[in-house]
This record gives sequence, structure tokens and C-alpha cells, in this order.
Amino acid sequence: MQNRIHQRLQQPEKIVSIYFTAGYPKRDDTLEVIQELVNNGVDMIEVGLPYSDPLADGPTIQQSSTQALKNGMSSQLLFEQLKDLRQITSVPVIVMGYFNAMLQYGVKAFCESCEKCGIDGIIMPDLPIDIYQAEYQSIFEQHQLSFISLITPQTSDERIKQLDEASNSFIYMVSSASTTGSQAGFGQTELDYFKRIHDMRLKNKLIVGFGIKDQTSFDQAAQYTSGCIIGSAYIKHITEHGLRQTKPFIKSLKEQ
Amino acid sequence: MKTPLYKEPNSLGFYGNFGGAFIPEMLYPNVQELNEAYTTILASNDFKKDFNKLLRDYVGRPTPLYFAERLSERYQTKIYLKREDLCHTGAHKINNTVGQILMAKRLGKKRIIAETGAGQHGVATATVCALMGIECVVYMGAVDIKRQAPNVSRMKMLGATVKPATSGSQTLKDATNEAIRDWINNPTDTHYIIGSVVGPHPYPDLVAKLQAVISEEVEQQLFEKEGTKVPDHVIACVGGGSNAAGIYYQFLNNPEVNIIAVEAEGKGILTGESAATTRLGRSGIIHGSKTLLMQNKDGQITEPYSISAGLDYPGIGPMHANLFESKRAEFISVTDEDAMKAGLELSQTEGIIPAIETAHAFAIFKERQFNHDEILVFNCSGRGDKDLQTYTDYFKLID
Repeated sequence: MQNRIHQRLQQPEKIVSIYFTAGYPKRDDTLEVIQELVNNGVDMIEVGLPYSDPLADGPTIQQSSTQALKNGMSSQLLFEQLKDLRQITSVPVIVMGYFNAMLQYGVKAFCESCEKCGIDGIIMPDLPIDIYQAEYQSIFEQHQLSFISLITPQTSDERIKQLDEASNSFIYMVSSASTTGSQAGFGQTELDYFKRIHDMRLKNKLIVGFGIKDQTSFDQAAQYTSGCIIGSAYIKHITEHGLRQTKPFIKSLKEQ
Repeated sequence: MKTPLYKEPNSLGFYGNFGGAFIPEMLYPNVQELNEAYTTILASNDFKKDFNKLLRDYVGRPTPLYFAERLSERYQTKIYLKREDLCHTGAHKINNTVGQILMAKRLGKKRIIAETGAGQHGVATATVCALMGIECVVYMGAVDIKRQAPNVSRMKMLGATVKPATSGSQTLKDATNEAIRDWINNPTDTHYIIGSVVGPHPYPDLVAKLQAVISEEVEQQLFEKEGTKVPDHVIACVGGGSNAAGIYYQFLNNPEVNIIAVEAEGKGILTGESAATTRLGRSGIIHGSKTLLMQNKDGQITEPYSISAGLDYPGIGPMHANLFESKRAEFISVTDEDAMKAGLELSQTEGIIPAIETAHAFAIFKERQFNHDEILVFNCSGRGDKDLQTYTDYFKLID
């Protein structure tokens, strides 16, 4: 499999990847947010499919999800909103959501819809790898979709190797044991962890998420990895300043 | 040896099509640690000794199996109540928390978290934490904090921190989300004491095994009273389903015993204000488990409603989902109104004020008739002190 994520990962420049919640702040803002992100040079985009009970997320993403659902977001609507995605950009786009939404839509139908829109990968934090491998891996691959696993500082080396085997393109390194948006910068513990995983020489690249909010934390994490994912900090920013103010936010991360 | 069909999940945590561990990787080490340890700990003599001692001397077990004479006469059948309402703290919930706190100590945990709906599990958790001198944080929906105020005071009196869950419907589902998030943020020193047979494997199995003492006692007590260990019907209310799991457990693989589960219909199935999961739900994932749950067509979990905070949950434990799908158990739902009336009836017929959750089970007589020689065993799972305000307002007991 060779999709846009793989192609981008082959380039040496560090990746700035932004997560946002689809249908937020307004229902039909989804494509507009993507346009803003692309215009400002973001390298990869994660589109969050809002869920009623997002267990792995902190208050910022949960609130944006609740609002998006109130706005009327649904899986079907997301795929409608993204149908012209590939006319506006060629950056890799990943859908992140919770497995129940995918299950109810139908896993095969969900993957088909993703492929039709030009989605490159899926992150489902609560889809266990054993079930993915036994039931869904062939469907993902048939639709050119990368399955991306998460690891945390508590994940054992043995488990990391299993997750590396199941994953395709990159591994999402959760910077510390936490839900999204709950950290205050990186200390030595996190840096040791980034280095430890880096030194494992996994087949997949590494991208760090959770706890990236400015250039300092970005640089710290990117030192050992291919880049970073920023979610809560961006959502906070557009909540306060509006999505038209995406530029200064991205600029503050990309000044290197 | 007979293979357990309904009691225990397979090695991946599935009861038929339901169960498993659909959890984010952040929770994997915590759940895995428990999964690797729990069967060994439960089977160890050292654990059994401590557990049985506390159940006897602290909880007050065995609880009586009481023949309800006047109620039996009224409905022309033989009605026994398993008096879990007489457990220390007033409900069956403490059987589980005693077991889990002993487990947490063996796992070296220094901090306990729990979710609670009606507050019974929160109180039971705060109680065992006080007993063991361990820090305790209980998550409770902001709506439930209001309607179950006496239990909030009890938890605080016991030294626990009660944290309101303010997202979603602000009830049990949301309190559970918050507890799970806390566990993600505190992965090494904290044990999460789930209060029902819900959540990722191994929780449903662990909680069912700790509650199984209820039906173990019933077998013995029924034999003493009736000369048989086998009742015709075993009846319990089901929210998540821990009291039901406890009273069904020993009977699940005996087809002679009819299993009846009573769900909370709220204001009626078609009103949009209901918590009758098997009637309104379908297979999906909630709190890390594949089970029946109430959801919209998009898989968003819908907000349940019941007058009873303990049954106000949009799912049921995977064990019960399997009992429903395989038709091993009979599922019935009763409205708020019928449950409240049944609570009043039990109070005035037997002098036992049940929790509103428990009252749902006794509303079965509105739906179902029994023969005069049949033996019915009800789980009288909790006492109604915490619900006095709700009963008082509902029946306008005080002018």
C-alpha cells in the first residue's frame, strides 16, 4: 500500500498535523477548516468524527464533539462534506473517531466511503488490534486505508512490537498517560520515552500527539520523531478566535 | 464436566456475541494487569479467607432468605426475598467493593476511583476505602447528585471526594466516562472499582463472580426451607445488571430455573424517556464492551431516562445481553409508575421499603402470573432510605 501518508512520511521535513472536530464550530465548517489548514501549510490533517462518549478525549475535544453533534453532524454527513476533498488538497487526511460509529455505519461501507472521499487512514482508539487483524485488516487494505495504532509510555515493548506489526504508515505516540489536552509541556520523562521508542527502530514512523501546544513542545517531540499532532490547542484557538484566525496559530508552530 | 454456557466469558471476554475489551490503548496496561491477575487472586485461599471474613463480619452475610407471606398470599404463589437490602450500606453493591478493594491491595494500588448512579455503589466504595485507609474518588452525574443527596452526604462523611460529571445527561453513563478518563490519567497507582457487570473484560466476569455469593446462599437457604436448591423463577431488576448477575449466577446453567430480568421502562417505551435497553437498543459498544445499548442510527449513545438513578443506564452488561439474545432469560420492562406502586405495596405488605431500583422487580406481578406452587426468588437488592424524598413527592405523603 502506498497512499498520501506514506508519500509524505518519505520526505525529511517534520510533519505538522492538525486535528479538528468535523462540524465544528458550525456544521458546514468542515471543508472550510481543511481549506484554512491547507492554505497555511499544514502537512497532514486529522478529521475527528464527533462521538457522544469520547473516552480518550479531554474536555476541549469533548465539548467540540458535543457541539458538533448538536449541529447535526453524522458519519453520512461527514462523507458528504468531504466528497470534494481531493479537489482542494493533496495533503494526507485521516479520520479519527470511535469504533461504535464505524460499526453502526458498517465497517465495509465506512471504508468504502473513506476511499471515495480520498481519506488515507483511520484512527479508532477503541478498536483493539486483535479484532482489527482478525476481522477488518483486509477491508482496510482493500480500500488503501492505513490503520494507525496508539502507544503510550506504559505500553510494553512486546505490545509495541505487536502494534507496529498491525499498523500501517505511522504510530501515534501518546506523549504521556492522559486524555487529550491535559498536559503542561514535556519534561525529561517524556523526552526519555520519545528517545526509547525512537531507538526501537520500528517499521512504522512515529508521530507524537497529546500535549503539543507551541513551538517548544513541537520541537522537543519532533527531535526523535517524524512530527506532531496538535488537537486541543487548535480547537481552543478557533473557539476563541474563529477559524479564519488559523494562520497565526500555524505560523507559531512552523517558524522553524 | 459441563461447559459453562452463560456464566463465564471465553478467553477474550465474550459471552456469545457480547463483551470483549474495546478500549483505547491508554487503558490497555491497566486492564491487562487486572486481567492477568484476577482469576489467580480470586482462586487463592488467602483472598477467599479475607473476603469471606469481611462478608460475614463486616457486610453481615449471609443475608436472610425471607418468605414473604402476605405478598405470597396476595399473588397466590411462593415468594422469597433475598434480603440484600440488609447488607451493610443497604445494598448488594458492597459484596463487589469488598472483593475489589482486597484485589486492589494485592495489586499494590494506592488510590481508588468509582462511578455511581444511585450512589449505592459510591457509598459501598467509600466505605471499603475508609475501612482500608485508601484514598477514594467517586464520580457521580450532577443530576444524580441532586436526586440522591443522602448518599452524597454519606460518601463525604466516609471521607471520599465526590466529583460531579457534568457532560451529557449528567447521570451514570457520564459518571462512568469520567471515571474511565481518570483511570487513563492515573494509570499506575489507581484501581477502578466498577460497580456493575459492565465495562471491558475482565470487569463483567470479576463483578459477577464477586456477586455470585448471593445465589450461592440462596441455594443453601432454599434447601433448608423448601428441601430443594432449585427455585422456579429468579427475578431481579437490571440496570447494568450486578444484582441480577449475583442472584442468577448459580442457576444460569440449570434450564429448570426460569430467569427473569426487569428493566426500567421509564415513562413508556415510545415516549423517548426510557431505559429499557433490550427493547430499545441494539448491539454496539459502550464503556469498552460490546453489548446491547440504546443509540441512534449513527451509533451515538442516546440519553436514557428512569425515575431510578441506578437503572438510568443506556446499556446492560454483556452477560445479560447474551442471556437476552439466547433467550435464556425472560426480559420484561415496567414503567416508573408501576415500579413506584410496587415499592409502596412491598412497604405496606411486608414492612420493607425497597430502593426504587429494587421496586422494579416487584412490579412483575402487573405483567405476569405464577402458579400457586411455584417458588419465586426475588433479589431485594437495596433499601429505599435514599429514595424517601422521591417516594414522598411521588405519593404526596406529606402535605
